[in-house]
Amino acid sequence: MKYDAEVKISLKKGMLNPEAAIIQRALALLKYQVENTKTLQIIKFSIEGDSEDIVRQKVDEMCQKLLCNPVIHNYEIGITPED
Amino acid sequence: MKVVIIRFPGTNCDRDVYHALELAGGEPEYAWWNQRDLSSFDGIIIPGGFSYGDYLRAGAIAAITPVINGIKDAVKAGKPVLGICNGAQILAEIGLVPGVFTNNSHAKFLCRWTELKVKTTRTPFTSMYSAGDIIRMPIAHAEGRYYNDEIQKLKDQDQVVLAFEGENPNGSMEAITGVCDEDGLVCAVMPHPERASEVILGSDDGLKFFKGMVNY
Repeated sequence: MKYDAEVKISLKKGMLNPEAAIIQRALALLKYQVENTKTLQIIKFSIEGDSEDIVRQKVDEMCQKLLCNPVIHNYEIGITPED
Repeated sequence: MKVVIIRFPGTNCDRDVYHALELAGGEPEYAWWNQRDLSSFDGIIIPGGFSYGDYLRAGAIAAITPVINGIKDAVKAGKPVLGICNGAQILAEIGLVPGVFTNNSHAKFLCRWTELKVKTTRTPFTSMYSAGDIIRMPIAHAEGRYYNDEIQKLKDQDQVVLAFEGENPNGSMEAITGVCDEDGLVCAVMPHPERASEVILGSDDGLKFFKGMVNY
């Protein structure tokens, strides 16, 4: 069975996000006043697996080993069966 | 001392480190990212530059290459390992030193001279300095802001190696820009000692990093 996997990586609460800070200031230059700007990274791929649970476990391993740095990141995993 | 300099696609300070090691009396050699066995060497340096486009995070992809097994074996065998700039980011990504080096607090690639305080002399690389020495070495990075959620433990265990003196150009926690593992044999520094290894370069304050390693 084939699944679509999506990993959403964000900085942990309280972590400085210089990219978001610059974007917020640039928006202000265009007269858009916004607050709490954040940037996230999304990584998507398709993956073969016997069940959603097995695939989720595998993607979680990928996050631990490579995709995220647990010191500074939180992550969310989305798994959906491919159409 | 036979010191191996590790190369990844994007490494660009390898030859500078080679030169500095020769000046210090070492016998440098190069090895690529896919060499798993480094047991014939007495020490390791991961030089600066970039690796794999610094995609995901600086050092993240280098951290899963075969040569990392050789580096971990060397650490177990008690050999000294130094990571400079991208090399420091890689050592943090592997978890051989605590914390991370992440995006500078301001949206700038910083490339300039800095003054640094030597915080501990218990690593081979800082053994020829005195604690509290102020030295001049350049930095060149966009991801050098040191972050660690256990900063007190780091200080209690004497794992802070270098700190910026009189400024904090990248927003690092407590201006820390060099750390070591608990044994003091694995050392990760953002400033470039090899770029301060001869007076003609503007300073030779960094040469003792390599002399200390070679004499270990």
